[in-house]
Amino acid sequence: MQKSLLLGVEAIAQGAIDGGMSGVYAYPGTPSTEITEYIQHSKQAKELNIHSDWAANEKTAMESALGMSYAGKRAMVCMKHVGLNVAADCFMNAAITGANGGMLIVVADDPSMHSSQNEQDSRVYGKFAMMPVLEPSNQQEAYDMARFGFELSEAFEIPVLMRITTRLAHSRAGVARFAEVMVQNELKLPEDKVQFVLLPAIARKRYKKLLSNQEKFEAASEDSAYNTYSDAADKSMGIIACGLGYNYLMENYPDGDCPYPVVKISQYPIPRTMIKKITGECGKVLVLEEGYPVIEEILKGYLEKEAVIGRLDGTLSRDGELTPDMVGRALGFKIEESLEIPDIVAARPPALCVGCSHIDVYKALNEVIAEYGEGRVFADIGCYTLGALPPFNAINSCVDMGASITMAKGAADAGLIPSVAVIGDSTFTHSGMTGLLDAVNERTPITVIISDNESISMTGGQKSSAKGKLEAICEGLGVEKEHIHVLLPVPKKHDEIKEIFRKEFEYKGVSVIIPRRVCVQKNVRDQKIKKASMAKTAAKA
Amino acid sequence: MKTDMVIAGVGGQGILSIAAALGSAALDNDLYMKQAETHGMSQRGGDVQSFMRISDKPIYSDLIPKGGADIILSVEPMEALRYLPYLKKGGYVVTNSTPFINITDYPEQEKLEATIKALPNYVLIDADRIAKEEVGSARAFNFVMLGAASPFIDVPFEYLEEGIRKIFARKGEEVVDMNIKALHAGRKFSQENR
Repeated sequence: MQKSLLLGVEAIAQGAIDGGMSGVYAYPGTPSTEITEYIQHSKQAKELNIHSDWAANEKTAMESALGMSYAGKRAMVCMKHVGLNVAADCFMNAAITGANGGMLIVVADDPSMHSSQNEQDSRVYGKFAMMPVLEPSNQQEAYDMARFGFELSEAFEIPVLMRITTRLAHSRAGVARFAEVMVQNELKLPEDKVQFVLLPAIARKRYKKLLSNQEKFEAASEDSAYNTYSDAADKSMGIIACGLGYNYLMENYPDGDCPYPVVKISQYPIPRTMIKKITGECGKVLVLEEGYPVIEEILKGYLEKEAVIGRLDGTLSRDGELTPDMVGRALGFKIEESLEIPDIVAARPPALCVGCSHIDVYKALNEVIAEYGEGRVFADIGCYTLGALPPFNAINSCVDMGASITMAKGAADAGLIPSVAVIGDSTFTHSGMTGLLDAVNERTPITVIISDNESISMTGGQKSSAKGKLEAICEGLGVEKEHIHVLLPVPKKHDEIKEIFRKEFEYKGVSVIIPRRVCVQKNVRDQKIKKASMAKTAAKA
Repeated sequence: MKTDMVIAGVGGQGILSIAAALGSAALDNDLYMKQAETHGMSQRGGDVQSFMRISDKPIYSDLIPKGGADIILSVEPMEALRYLPYLKKGGYVVTNSTPFINITDYPEQEKLEATIKALPNYVLIDADRIAKEEVGSARAFNFVMLGAASPFIDVPFEYLEEGIRKIFARKGEEVVDMNIKALHAGRKFSQENR
């Protein structure tokens, strides 16, 4: 059968569509965005009437997915690793309510922080919630595991976490699809009418059930086709390789002739029998994990009685993603000497696009801030974070979605007046609104600049939940109408923009300034689509 | 049959179309392939790369090991040098000579060319000029570059033509022909100037 050429993220999307999913819920975030985009553009998904609209944030996405699971249907929710922090309240409790229809939670981690603020390992969250975790090592497994995840979720009545990392997410390979597409579940309410009612008395029972189910989850890991033990003659060392770690191991033995016993893990909880066997038989154990040393730490123990090597003892780097040559060195291979990067090669960091509206905002802001003294601009997550780099050097913080407004508030409470928040339109509706309410309720003297480019641009121009709603939201939250300004960020308005900044910095209450101009990249894409559709219409006529 | 290639450029230059044509060529001929690419933040004018691996045997790693690439194909001269640690001994650097300057400390053109010309195996090609003057479309420069790398890619040349045909089929005969012409122009230059 002809294989499809799919990115890891696309493989998950196609696997979920073919696996009987009724809806996907997500907020964009690299490297997870294309899972949902693939479903949005899939003709098959459209014909099957699969829900795929973007959610306002990861928490609302996960709750909606849980609601769909409650109603008996298969639901998937996708996010980047830090998105799981936002959704963690629902996530932890969903392990207690359990699932009705299959629920798959796909979280894409970003070790080496290619496009992220940290490199947290979502497998730790899986253990925290005591949920089964799947960690595909290649695109085919990613495809297969989407359906398997739904099945596992329904068999054990619990959401299942699928953890992937950047390299799998954004790497393409041929994927063989199932011969048949599964039919979606019928609407079917949970048999236990109070399963999802986490009153303490019920939650205690549900929690005990989750605890007693751990044995079953572990047994499933032992029997899983995704976890394997391959024996070999040289017992001086055993290797435990998780997810992508397995690929980097085998890359060093292209003919499949690894001389050491190997446990490959792609399903958690950890398959205890396999681990006992390999640690019992081998002199020492090398653990290859993409992310935190999760298994390594458990095996090694606080008292370090076991001979375990990996990220903790320096055999592998403690941070960053694994690479085939790093694993090769850990296996004792000499890496062939290669050329160095010549000194003349300059760094080429990402930058704001030519003509970007954020540039006009920062140019005006920098000049006005200079009048007050620097160190008072709290920014957020999005393209405008690039304002931290030269030539702007315009911002003093970027921490988490929405933190600009609340950090500005805290700093103003401490006496840093004026304090300024810079946040994007979508980030504002993701997590900025509640912080603005805090400020309004206390009349905190802050100025919030919602730099509105009418799209979620950093991740590729997805639809912003904020579109057409910002003034109404701010007014509704109680910002005074005369302190809400909408303006056009273009060079010829430079002085006008500065004037408004100055005026509102002086105001001893909450001001919101909304520079609004559509993202230049989105504009180009929209024009192309418009042109194509006009050509189509013309051809028909 | 096995080729590991780093495809390099700057976000927005469209290196992924090169990878797409190669990927399609590999898959349609029952070869194994893996192709890792850059998404997200770096796409905003930063350096981007794609690791392209094609083989008649299963491929494990999505990343090419350091010292493992047969070819560095770069659509921008400075970016070619950024990936030298990945080049295998005896491997080829095939790079466009037209710089993409979006930073203030971009190296001097002469020094840059001298550094490339000091490499043991290289093809330095003005793909922008060839695309414009010989092919008749500036946008085809990516496939001039693929053509220039083709003598070193261990995949039959016809497969590459098929790959281009397939990925541009939707856009019509004219676009297909233009890009195939670009492929041939690049290949010819490379064969004459390696």
